[in-house]
Amino acid sequence: MSDPRDAPSSGATPGAGGAAPGAPLLEIADLRVTFATGDGVARAVDGVDLVVQAGETVGLVGESGCGKSVTALAVLRLVEHPGHIAHGSRVRFEGRDLLALADRDIRAVRGNHLALIFQEPATALNPVLTIGSQIAEVIRTHQHGSRAEAKRRAVEMLRTVGIPDAEQRADGYAHQLSGGMRQRVLIAIALACRPHLVIADEPTTALDVTIQAEILELLDGLQRQMGMAVLLITHNLGLVAERTRRVYVMYAGQLVEEAGTEALFSAPLHPYTQGLMAAVPRLDQLRERLAAIPGQVPPATAWPGGCRFHPRCPFAFDRCRAEMPPLLECGEGRKARCWLVEERASEHADARTSEPADERTHDGRRGSESRSL
Amino acid sequence: MSRLRGLWARFRARRVAVVGLVVVVLLAVAALGAPLFAPADPLAQPDPVALQNRPPSPEHPLGTDRFSRDVMSRLLYGARVSLGIGAAAALLAAVIGAGVGIAAGLGSPLVDQLLMRGVDVALALPRVFLLLLVLALWEGAPAGVVIVLLAVTGWFPTSRVVRALVRRLREAEFVQAARALGTGRWGLVRRHLLPHLAPTVIVAATLDVGNIILLESGLSYLGLGVRPPAPSWGNMILDGKDQLFGTPWVAAAPGLALLVTVVAFNLLGDGLQDALDPRRER
Amino acid sequence: MTEQVRLSDGTLVRPLLDVADLTVHFHRRTGLFGSHREIVQAVSGVSLAIGHKETLGLVGESGCGKTTLARTVLRLVERTSGTVRFDGQDLHALAPAELRRMRRRIQIVFQDPYASLNPRLTIGAAIREGLTIHKLAEGAAADRRVRELLDEVGLSADAADGYPHEFSGGQRQRAGIARALAVEPELLVCDEPVSALDVSVQAQVLNLLMDLQARRGLSYLFISHDLAVVRHVAPRVAVMYLGRIVEEGPAEELYARPRHPYTQALLSAVPVPDPVSKRPRIVLPGDPPSPVNPPPGCPFHPRCQHPGKDAMCSEVRPELAERAPGLRAACHKG
Repeated sequence: MSDPRDAPSSGATPGAGGAAPGAPLLEIADLRVTFATGDGVARAVDGVDLVVQAGETVGLVGESGCGKSVTALAVLRLVEHPGHIAHGSRVRFEGRDLLALADRDIRAVRGNHLALIFQEPATALNPVLTIGSQIAEVIRTHQHGSRAEAKRRAVEMLRTVGIPDAEQRADGYAHQLSGGMRQRVLIAIALACRPHLVIADEPTTALDVTIQAEILELLDGLQRQMGMAVLLITHNLGLVAERTRRVYVMYAGQLVEEAGTEALFSAPLHPYTQGLMAAVPRLDQLRERLAAIPGQVPPATAWPGGCRFHPRCPFAFDRCRAEMPPLLECGEGRKARCWLVEERASEHADARTSEPADERTHDGRRGSESRSL
Repeated sequence: MSRLRGLWARFRARRVAVVGLVVVVLLAVAALGAPLFAPADPLAQPDPVALQNRPPSPEHPLGTDRFSRDVMSRLLYGARVSLGIGAAAALLAAVIGAGVGIAAGLGSPLVDQLLMRGVDVALALPRVFLLLLVLALWEGAPAGVVIVLLAVTGWFPTSRVVRALVRRLREAEFVQAARALGTGRWGLVRRHLLPHLAPTVIVAATLDVGNIILLESGLSYLGLGVRPPAPSWGNMILDGKDQLFGTPWVAAAPGLALLVTVVAFNLLGDGLQDALDPRRER
Repeated sequence: MTEQVRLSDGTLVRPLLDVADLTVHFHRRTGLFGSHREIVQAVSGVSLAIGHKETLGLVGESGCGKTTLARTVLRLVERTSGTVRFDGQDLHALAPAELRRMRRRIQIVFQDPYASLNPRLTIGAAIREGLTIHKLAEGAAADRRVRELLDEVGLSADAADGYPHEFSGGQRQRAGIARALAVEPELLVCDEPVSALDVSVQAQVLNLLMDLQARRGLSYLFISHDLAVVRHVAPRVAVMYLGRIVEEGPAEELYARPRHPYTQALLSAVPVPDPVSKRPRIVLPGDPPSPVNPPPGCPFHPRCQHPGKDAMCSEVRPELAERAPGLRAACHKG
């Protein structure tokens, strides 16, 4: 059975849409979103470049305040006043720039080819409409069929997401369902029109861990069935490890690391990623003390100068305080926004010119032990 | 302190509310300073023949009434009565309402039911009717009695609102934390509940003042409130109503004063409500 | 009543907290005009014990009753039956004055750092409340104590003049801990203390709690739905489901070789930050049942995936029985 995390080897997949074969399904370039607040301008998303290929599962990891949710909203152009998507930002989906589309055209994309699953199942559903009608609404908006046809498809969707007694439930209301069931309904709404890409923003954070497992298994299965791509946004490293093939790590409105999932977990390069992994208690490793990242996330109205992580970074040196590092290539499709990468690269170059031995000493070692340079 | 400043900023943002505040303050100053500002003794009838029904003039800025009394002085002293009774009654009603509301909110389901169903019954009785009945039977009731009557017939809505708030706060985690620390009932009320109730009660009381002033004026107009010769805006209107076209200033002055006062209190109350909106406090 | 409790290292001690057969059932009226009466069986026959300077972890998902248990242990909620003994005395039988004295000794830290502090009190005032009630310090002495406590939890002294909304979640949580510590408790009930915090802040607060335990010799009843967090802090763990304890024992044994099917499913459901490991996943069908209508027999049987599940499971409720040294599970088949 193919692993849904993998992008398919051939360019064409069921539901790949209008993109040229081999071109990414979603391509975000230099996305910037600002919010006008009482305390100044908050640069919530400050230059994010992100790619999702057809059929693959990509993770976007970060803590609260890093801008990941705003990124999701920006893709669907759901950012409202006082938020503002800056000119120069590009969101190409299936070859079209979503930010440049007319209102009518973007509405044709939302819920249809590109769907969003929100975090809070309790508030994302309308309490006064029946479940069935909320699913049917999406279907009728994009695939003008009869009301009866839409209702039938809605019930089918409910069955697909594993809700028992789908017929009865379709006529019921959100408050009659548990959290897990509501999230399934949200998934049903999101998937009703068989989108090519689903952006799931913390889809299971509000749920119990056993329900979480169920929901994620469901999403996996549906993804395989429908050949969808998934952008999974979460702060949960475990979820990312188990469900994604590639990961982007976000901090303070920027991407700080980008890598294949296995590579990221075996050798995180950015000190923030390393810090996160060291700070999470794990079932499979018992540690005396959690290595907490000192300090806290700065407010979006006042990002620190230079590298935004430098006030909390154990390896910060002068250059970090003065100059913001760009996302530097680290080989094998990996990138990290850290001056240490350059330091390592130059040490590599030096080492290679001198003696061939001990090249690997300077690579980051596995997980939490990685502390030396 | 920063909270008060934030409050003031929000309040200041609504200009009508500030207007209301300014007017109320002016009224308070006028009422308190009546002896200073009044050109004459409100009860004095210096010349019932020559000075009767004089139109406004430099010596009598608002004219005189049919007993040659200076209308302006009567207006100012009448302000004392109206504002005094209004404020006192509103305050008393707020205290009773809050007290009952807290008792119902914190008490056992039985106490809660008893109190609230009692309030329901009381709300069914028409307030004005009760006031009229009591005052008609009690000739010459002193101002204190009027105040108490007005308060006792007006605390019900406050108690309901307070009870609802208290019931909700009861389950709040910081209240649980206080209980876990060993805070007793009194401590809970004083330190944790009252600060949360204060804004709501203050707003309710402010809005109530306007209503009470109108009620008191109405009662005085009917001859049941403040008895002549003591001035009250209500009985001044009574005095002047027969001569609306002849000597309009006698009735118009207190009438306008009433209008301005009630509107001002309502604007102030609304403004306070917006400024104190707990949703903004986070 | 438990005479003694066996710690994870095998030693026997007299328990500080001794909960015996505790049951907490609520009456609830629902439906139009409150016509429909139902009983919420939040906690049913729970027994547990915590020794001095010991941490007991309590895991469970929503609806399992762990929060009700926490509040009943503090007597913020009244019990229906059973006893909660602290240092030998039944908390629920104490008179108000004695109860108040006892409250010094058990304190609680809540989950939600936003709701657990009164938004209208400064942090300093919140911390001072405990000092005032129990007459531990007044005036300048109280101020000094507040500063010391703030320092102990890693907050600056001028935090005392700030209001909760000026601080981050992690800082508020620290303030809540300082408030609890002000009365010098011996047992701290932590009800999901880090669940609402970000990963990096979580680690800070967990480290703080561990340090405080070492420094002050505190006992913890650490409640969480996050198994990894509990594993980190608790050498002994109990698993709750639908108001009952279904498994309890030394953390190492319980996590490595869980005996109860629910514990097994729970552990398999936790995502682990290791992309390479392929663990067998037990997916539980359906939803956790509501505590209003617990199923007959074993409370877990409707969702249980154990191959040997049979009629006995649906008819007879299993009792906790020892399966390994110190580890007990309530399962007919495990």
